[in-house]
Amino acid sequence: MSLTTDLSQAPPPHENAAKGMPGGGKAGGGTLDTVPAPRRRSRQRRERLFQWLFLVPAVVYMALFFGYPVVKNVVMSFQDYTTATFFTGEAPWVGLANYVTVLSSSLFSTSLLNTALFTVGSILGQFVIGLALAIFFQRKFPLNGILRSLLLLPWLLPLIVSSAVWRWILDKDSGALNRFLGDLNIVDTGVPWLTSTSLALIAVVGVNIWIGIPFNLTILYGGLQEIPDELYEAGSLDGATGWKAFRHITWPMLRPVVSVVLVLGVVYTLKVLDIILGLTNGGPANSTQTIATQSYALSFQEFKFGEGAALGNILVIISLVFAVLYLRASRRAVDE
Amino acid sequence: MTTTTITSRTGLTRTGRGGRKGTGRGSGPAPDRQNWGSTALAIFFLAIMLFPVYWMVNASLQPNGTTLETSWLPLKPDFTGYATAISEQGGNLGTSLVISLGSVALSLAIAAPAAYALAYFKVRGAGIVLFAILISQMIPGIVVANALYTAYNDLGLLNSIPGLILADSAHGIPFAILIIRAFMNGMPASVIEAARVDGAGHIRAFWSIVLPLSRNSLITAGLFTFLFAWSDFLFALTLTTTEAVRPVTLGIFQYIGAYVNDWSSVMATAVLASIPAIVLLVAAQKYIAAGTTGGAVK
Repeated sequence: MSLTTDLSQAPPPHENAAKGMPGGGKAGGGTLDTVPAPRRRSRQRRERLFQWLFLVPAVVYMALFFGYPVVKNVVMSFQDYTTATFFTGEAPWVGLANYVTVLSSSLFSTSLLNTALFTVGSILGQFVIGLALAIFFQRKFPLNGILRSLLLLPWLLPLIVSSAVWRWILDKDSGALNRFLGDLNIVDTGVPWLTSTSLALIAVVGVNIWIGIPFNLTILYGGLQEIPDELYEAGSLDGATGWKAFRHITWPMLRPVVSVVLVLGVVYTLKVLDIILGLTNGGPANSTQTIATQSYALSFQEFKFGEGAALGNILVIISLVFAVLYLRASRRAVDE
Repeated sequence: MTTTTITSRTGLTRTGRGGRKGTGRGSGPAPDRQNWGSTALAIFFLAIMLFPVYWMVNASLQPNGTTLETSWLPLKPDFTGYATAISEQGGNLGTSLVISLGSVALSLAIAAPAAYALAYFKVRGAGIVLFAILISQMIPGIVVANALYTAYNDLGLLNSIPGLILADSAHGIPFAILIIRAFMNGMPASVIEAARVDGAGHIRAFWSIVLPLSRNSLITAGLFTFLFAWSDFLFALTLTTTEAVRPVTLGIFQYIGAYVNDWSSVMATAVLASIPAIVLLVAAQKYIAAGTTGGAVK
C-alpha cells in the first residue's frame, strides 16, 4: 500500500523500454512460448479484443456526442428544418438555400466582423497581459505560489456568474465602474457600457479578457519555467539582458507554448456564447452579435434549425482553418 | 543517483540566478526588501483581478432595492438576498449538484478505461482516437446543441436530468481522457505486468492496480468534470424548455434576462453558484494546478 501511495504522489519517469513495444504480444511474449502457434494467435486476438473493450465506451460516447451532431448538422443545413418538422417529421430538402439565406443576410457580415473583432481583441488582451504577469511571477518573492493560484479564480467561475457580476459592475446608473470613474471626475454622466452600440463590443471583449488572463498566465508561466537558466547565464555573458534577453532567448524558447496558447485561445473564443448572451444577449441592435450567438438565435429563438445549422457549420469551418494552419505551423517547427 | 543530479542542478541554477541579480545591484539585504516589494505588486494585481469577485460578495450582502447604491463595503451585512436566493434558486442548485455529480461518475467511468487503453495497450487506432478528441475541442457547443435538441426531442430526453448529464459530460470526457492518459503514460508498465503474470485478469489489474495508482489524476479529472458540468450554460439553455429541470446557471440567466430590480439576490445566487469553484481552488489547489497545465499542453 505504501508503494502505491508513493507512486501516485510522484509518477516516476519512463524507466521501462517495454512500454515502447507494440501491444498484443506484450503480455504473451515470455510466458506463452510453449503454446502452439494457432492457439497463440487466437489468444492474441482475444487479448486485442479485450483491450478494445476498454476503449469502446469512450469511442461510442464520442461518436454519439461529437460525431453524430456534426453529421446531423450538415444534413440539417440542407433541409428546411423548423418547428413544424417536430410534428410532421418532414424536413424537405432545400439544397443550398439555407446557406444562401444566411450568407446573404445583412446580419452575416455584422456577426462575422464582430466575431473577428471579439476574437482578435480578446486573444490580444489575454495574451499580452497573461504573458506580462507570467514574466512578473518568474521573480522569486514570498507568497508567489499562493497569489498565482488565487489568480485562477476568474477562470474557474461559471461564465454566467461572471456575466451577471460584470453586468452589475458595468451598469450605466449605479454600476461600480461608472461610480469609480465619476468619483475620479473622469466622467460626468454614466457611461452606457453595455447599452451603447459603439461601446458594447468593447465591454464584452474587456470581460472576456478578464476571464482569459488566468489561463494564459498559467500556461505561459509553465512554459517560462521550462527555459533553462543556463541560457540566460550564457546570454548575459554576451550582453543579452533585459529586453535583449527576452527577444533572443525567452521568445524563441517560448514559441511552441505560445502557439498552443494562441490556437486554443482562438478555438475557444470563436465558440463563446455564455458571456455574450449573459452580458448583452447580442444587442444592442446586434452590435455584439457573433456567428455563434447568431446561430443560437436562429435555431432556438426563431426556430429555423436549418439556418442555424448552416451558420454553425460555417463556424466549424473557420475553426478548422485555424487548426490546419496551426498543424502546418507546428509541423514546420518540428522540422526545424 | 537521480537525486544527486537533481540537487546539483538546482544548486547550479540558484547560484546562477543570484549571480545575475548580483551583477546588477550588488549584494546584501537588498534582494529581500525588493522581494517583498514584488509581493506587494502581486497583491495589487490580484486585487484588481479579483475585484469583481469581491464586488459580487459585497453586493450580495446589501439590502434589497435599486434606489440605494451599493456601498463600497458591506458594513451592515444584510442576508435577505440570500434568503430570496435560496427560496427561489435552492431547487436549481440541487438540480445542478445532481447533474454535476452524475456527470463526474459518467465521465470517469468512460474516461479512465479509455485512458488506460490509450496509455498502456497502444491499441491499433489509438492515434485516431486521440486525434478525434483534439478535433472535438474545435466543435462549437451550439453545433452539438442544435443536433442534440432534435435527437433529444425524439428520444424524450429534453427536460430530463439524464439528458443533461449525458450532454454535460461532453465538456468533461475528452479532457478527462487526456489528463488521465498523460498520467498513466508515466506509470511503470512493470507493475501492471507483474500483476498480469500473477494471474490477475485485465479487469482486475485495471481495478485493483491501475486505478489506485492513478488516484491523483482521477481526482483532478473528477474535479474538473464537476466544474465543467456545474458551469454548463449552453446545454441547460437549449435542452430544457420548461421549468421542470433547471440548473442554477439558467436560473441566473433568467434573473438577468429581465430588468433587474433586486441585484442583491442575483448576486447572492451568483455567490452560491461560485462556491464549488472557490472551495476547489482553496481545498484542492494541487489538483487544480495539475489540471490547468496538464489539459492544455499534453
